[in-house]
Amino acid sequence: MPELLEGSQAIARAVALCRPSVVCAYPISPQTHIVEALSGLVRTGKLANCDYINVESEFAAMSVSIGASAAGGRVYTATASQGLLYMTEAIYNASGLKLPIVMTVANRAIGAPINIWNDQSDSLSQRDSGWLQLYAVDNQEALDLHIIAYKIAEELSLPIMVCMDGFVLTHASDVVEIPTQEQVDAFLPPIKPLEKLDIAEPRSMGMMAGPDVFTETKYMAHQVMFHANDVIKRVTREFEEAFGRPSGKPVRVWGPDGEDRPARQGEIAVIGMGSVMGTMQAVAPTLWDRGVRTRLITLGSYRPFPATSVRQAIGAADRVVVLDRALTLGVGGVLSFDVRRSMARLGIPLHSVVCGLGGRPITEQSLAETLTRGKAGDLGELEFMDLKTELVGKVG
Amino acid sequence: MAKVNIPFMQTGTLVVGNRLLDEQDRSVQAWQDRASSLTHGHRACQGCAEALAARWVLDTAMEVTDGKLMVANATGCLEVFSTLYPESAWKIPWIHSLFANAASVATGIAAVNAVTGRGDIRVIAQGGDGGTADIGMACLSGMFERNDDVLYVCYDNQAYMNTGVQRSGATPPAARTATTPAVGRQPGNTFGQGKFMPKIAMAHEIPYVATATVADLRDLEAKVRTAMSHRGARYLHVLVTCPLGWGTKSADSIKVARLATQCGLFPVFEAEYGELKSSTKIRERVPVEDYLKLQRRFAHLFGANADEAALERIRRLADRNIRMYNLLPEGAAA
Repeated sequence: MPELLEGSQAIARAVALCRPSVVCAYPISPQTHIVEALSGLVRTGKLANCDYINVESEFAAMSVSIGASAAGGRVYTATASQGLLYMTEAIYNASGLKLPIVMTVANRAIGAPINIWNDQSDSLSQRDSGWLQLYAVDNQEALDLHIIAYKIAEELSLPIMVCMDGFVLTHASDVVEIPTQEQVDAFLPPIKPLEKLDIAEPRSMGMMAGPDVFTETKYMAHQVMFHANDVIKRVTREFEEAFGRPSGKPVRVWGPDGEDRPARQGEIAVIGMGSVMGTMQAVAPTLWDRGVRTRLITLGSYRPFPATSVRQAIGAADRVVVLDRALTLGVGGVLSFDVRRSMARLGIPLHSVVCGLGGRPITEQSLAETLTRGKAGDLGELEFMDLKTELVGKVG
Repeated sequence: MAKVNIPFMQTGTLVVGNRLLDEQDRSVQAWQDRASSLTHGHRACQGCAEALAARWVLDTAMEVTDGKLMVANATGCLEVFSTLYPESAWKIPWIHSLFANAASVATGIAAVNAVTGRGDIRVIAQGGDGGTADIGMACLSGMFERNDDVLYVCYDNQAYMNTGVQRSGATPPAARTATTPAVGRQPGNTFGQGKFMPKIAMAHEIPYVATATVADLRDLEAKVRTAMSHRGARYLHVLVTCPLGWGTKSADSIKVARLATQCGLFPVFEAEYGELKSSTKIRERVPVEDYLKLQRRFAHLFGANADEAALERIRRLADRNIRMYNLLPEGAAA
């Protein structure tokens, strides 16, 4: 039944439907509403057989999650920004130990300067952590992604970050469809850990690996990531069959003509992740009418990076515009970096448009202007959308 | 098993041969069916008291819990010497995650066991003094403060031995380490330092805090039993001699640990809910010099350039411990 809910409340409901054994988190904006709601669900018994653990830091939140997951539990946590960085050591450890933890990242900028608003610097800083990263365009997809994430994580025995734009999604009220418990139970069976601490079968987890086996360990983890591309495709297809919604597709291609096909000559391929692609969808029809034809390529999965699908979707586009919500200083947009690798030798120009850093609104007008300039061939390789040049002093 | 006061069979030791005792009074290590939780083949140094203590702690806990035990281990010597892939010396469910988070990992394990109806499975977290009193203290304090059902055991060898004997927050004053060399105006570690974690644990008012050393393994065993008889957060701090880091003879590990207690520098006691409950009396008080002289890390305090001022400060530390923890027998002069 459709309900009008704040994004965070919707996520809490979805997580509860997944029947976690342990929810453990440390408060940080803009993640707080999610874990507040979950603590309430545990206290009132609406989420049964679950312990909500208040901890003293994000590092502890991830560490408790590691212990709980190693003991065979289904585990949930959530964080953002500085909190994600504070738990970074444990994040790498969780993936190395192959623990299927699901964590919401309510995407937020990283300081200094301190800034609580939205961009994707936090999760993208964890690019190499060995976690899968899934991105939601809207609250319905964010909600669905949590159910999907547990299924994928437990099949692969790998942890997953479900990334949703902080405030823009977490604090926005929207009408969402909350599945029933029966639906979720049918889709997501009880967890069957690949390995766990077990008194009947004692094992040592987290052993030291020397130079003789370390490369092989990483090689195998690398191969699993390629396999993960297929698993995401399959599980999102299963989700669509069960729930009737196409949530979580690793790559979704859309144009104002309504066609799901690669970009053609005369079109601009616009690539991005998260809510900005929702804004793009609102802008695209008007632009189309003005002769600025775009094909929107929305990435639902950043790790693994669906390079082959991205390359196919770019097709024969005149140019590629990547909406970058995070910056690697001295290089450019983080997402562009991955996109550029996947389109090697296509010979299509790529423009990295850095936008919406630290909560700067990404307006329809600015997007329209940027893409109009793109059509006219006026975009550089790296652009900062809405840069207030009057505030920027001479550098160097 | 009630703790039995065993008569002294040898001069200068509290250890007696198990064969002289009634069967029910013998230690867990007396029995062939002991768990051997930390079994042979690991790579600890000769005379490593940490390996000895860990074996006694875990075998006792395994007996008490009837084999229902899981262990979270911090990074450190104990982890490194026991689990170089593909070999493991652990015969129990064991996990190593990171240096700082053993207490939190244990919390997670205990929570899942409780929620899934396996609260009969008990959890121990263990680490060295660095993983406990320095880098892991926030996680440990959180576990204490929430009163999670975990026994945390610190094997205190008073420095970062695994990385080559650097100073930790628990390194005692004047001790020479790789980062507090015995040179300059104040050789060795600075005075006023040497964090004593048991007191910090007591401040959390958790059900049980105890200290022990490898010089009295039966006492260590008894304290593990008491700890496991409680639910909630418990803390056991074991002084473990480190021949490598302390510069002691491998054969002297037990002797040096005993001298640490008999000179008053390491108090052996039990506390419940923040309150001191009992302390093990010094049987034959010795000067701190007897303890210090056996260790090369204190060698700069003696010899041609003997540091009488530093020695006097260390004597005062022993005196204070004796007062604070009531370490002398009734009627003995302080």
